[in-house]
Amino acid sequence: MRTRILTVLALVGGALGVALLRVGPSAAQVRPPTTVPGGPAEVEAGHQLYAIACTTCHGTEGEGVEDRGPSLVGVGAASADFYLSTGRMPLDRPRTQAERKRVAYSPVQIRQLVAFVASLGPGPVIPRVTGAAGDLAEGNRLYANNCAPCHSSAGAGGALGHAVYAPPLNRATPVQVAEAVRIGPGAMPVFGPDTLDDEQVASVVRYVSYLRKPDDRGGFGLGHLGPIPEGFVAWIVGLGAMLMAVRWIGTKD
Amino acid sequence: MGKRLFRWVDERLGTSHFARKAFDKIFPDHWSFMVGEIAMYCLVILIVTGVYLTFFFVPASGEVIYHGSYKALQGARMSAAYASSLDLSFEVRAGLVMRQMHHWAALVFLAAIVVHLCRVFFTGAFRRPREVNWIIGVTLLVMSMMNGFFGYSLLDDLLSGTGVRVGYSIALSIPVAGEWLAFLFFGGEFPNTEFITRFFVLHVLLLPALIVGLLGAHLAILWRQKHTQFKGRGRTEDNIEGSRLWPSYAAKSVGLFFIVTAVIAALGGLAQINPVWLYGPYDPAQASAATAGSQPDWYVGWLDGALRVMPGWEIRAFGHTIANPFFPGAVLPGLTFGVLYLWPFLERRFTKDRDPHNLLDRPRDAPVRTALGAATLSFYTILFIAGGNDVLSSVFRVAPESITNLFRVLIFVVPVLVFLVTRSACRSLARDHVHPFGGTVGSRVRRTPAGGYEAVDDDDPPPAEATRADLVAEAYRRPAPPAP
Repeated sequence: MRTRILTVLALVGGALGVALLRVGPSAAQVRPPTTVPGGPAEVEAGHQLYAIACTTCHGTEGEGVEDRGPSLVGVGAASADFYLSTGRMPLDRPRTQAERKRVAYSPVQIRQLVAFVASLGPGPVIPRVTGAAGDLAEGNRLYANNCAPCHSSAGAGGALGHAVYAPPLNRATPVQVAEAVRIGPGAMPVFGPDTLDDEQVASVVRYVSYLRKPDDRGGFGLGHLGPIPEGFVAWIVGLGAMLMAVRWIGTKD
Repeated sequence: MGKRLFRWVDERLGTSHFARKAFDKIFPDHWSFMVGEIAMYCLVILIVTGVYLTFFFVPASGEVIYHGSYKALQGARMSAAYASSLDLSFEVRAGLVMRQMHHWAALVFLAAIVVHLCRVFFTGAFRRPREVNWIIGVTLLVMSMMNGFFGYSLLDDLLSGTGVRVGYSIALSIPVAGEWLAFLFFGGEFPNTEFITRFFVLHVLLLPALIVGLLGAHLAILWRQKHTQFKGRGRTEDNIEGSRLWPSYAAKSVGLFFIVTAVIAALGGLAQINPVWLYGPYDPAQASAATAGSQPDWYVGWLDGALRVMPGWEIRAFGHTIANPFFPGAVLPGLTFGVLYLWPFLERRFTKDRDPHNLLDRPRDAPVRTALGAATLSFYTILFIAGGNDVLSSVFRVAPESITNLFRVLIFVVPVLVFLVTRSACRSLARDHVHPFGGTVGSRVRRTPAGGYEAVDDDDPPPAEATRADLVAEAYRRPAPPAP
């Protein structure tokens, strides 16, 4: 009896552990709809932050500095939020590809900076999306035709040539994915409302959110990098184990 | 009952005479002789799982609309072939594990063939009288590679569609015959609705039949010619030392079959391979359709690497431009397998050694052959790595152009270095009688009565050239033990 209780407890504990492990960064996390940045106070606070870290490359009033950084007039809230919330800005070395890194500002500071940049001129607003809306199959189709050639079918990213890289998508939040679609950061093309309407963007976002934890019903996903890791596993794990077996049983001692 | 049946069969077929001889057949006791068996047992698994897959796979390119259980492709247009491979992965009981075991077994099969080929090459086992079996073996390698390519192309997913397009372009690039060859194998201009049916017949019927038939010949010739063996005391060109087939070698071999099956089953059940549902269907209408990180399976990787490393030169001959992919895609494999086929005859020309050989060389005994083999392996390894230039580029953050340029240099420099290093290593090993992995380092010393030390000459005795008759004669010369 006692052992049975223990077994049940162990099973429940194991299931809980598995359930806990499965809770990763939520794909369906909802962001406050900050489509309209805050009032003058927020813009002013953002301007002060801007003056500290951004003027060297983007100019004192966001007009840009030749050979250092582009003008921010009209890039919109979506752009500022994308670059700041993924840690891409501030950039350590100008004229290199901005990459995702530790976020430098608190959410409040980001909101203030976004408000300031948005006040410079009209531009794309922060899209309202969650990972849960949109149509998964439609998103898959759109993703295959528009995104997979650079970001790979599984969202693992890829090299584009001349030291330009399509980043992996596994850490992008739904809002960041939608922002990237709309603003086309770096070498990525802009997908405006005429190319993909808001519903289609929501579908793409849903599919990309799915790719963060896709159906790996076949076992370990091997990083979703395709035949290269598969080849290494075949040689090292597969044939490697068999060769050890052969050495074991094939030698007379 | 069993006895009567046995006698009935035996009286008609003479089984017991054959079995008595077969059970006593001697297999040499060295692990490297079992690598070919790994490949053979992978082939068994490939056939068993392949038959299972054939029950459910639909080799048709007609368009269907997907209504299976995978949500992310609901309502998508796709070929019947791709839809059935989704069903195999989601609906068919044990379909996915069978498909994954089939694919893992194919990758390991080819790897085992390559290692087996290396064993035969580096020990000189291809020399007279075994040239025919060498040729059959190389043919088995070529056919297995082709069958692997046809196999993963059948699924008609986005990744394999990219591969088929590359294969089609290579076929087209062959001067004069290219267009006919392309039409023969692909059934018309790609993308089309024919190639899946053709590949299917090749993959499940023609090539497997040839592979099994040739393997039968490979084994029959091995049986007839008997095994080779390494030199050793009492081993000659005319005898063979080892374990009898029954019971000891049979037990080893059956055990190996279980181990190979276990490893493949474990990989098939635990490690995901070729998740076609994530690649999505290949859409012929979408001419630019592709996925970043498109790579072929490993055994085609060196060809893909050659395509990537080849500079974009326009080469003209006989007043025509020869399509660029012809050189890396057709000339290189042609040369590769041509030299491989002819190797036993080429080597004979250079060494003038026409004698039959049943005793094997150690790799160090033929420094030039070993060094050439190692250099060749390094050449193809670099090509293979170059095939992953985009993956290397994203992992190491170096522009793919720089990586490709680096490989264009390495491909010529590394094989030369490998040749020189291997040759000198072989020569020094042969001189010092040290096993490269198992030998002791340093030398034994002896303390002299005076308290000093002196080195003891600890060389292995040279391999005895004595024949069995000599050994028997020597045994007779020993004084008989005293009677009790």
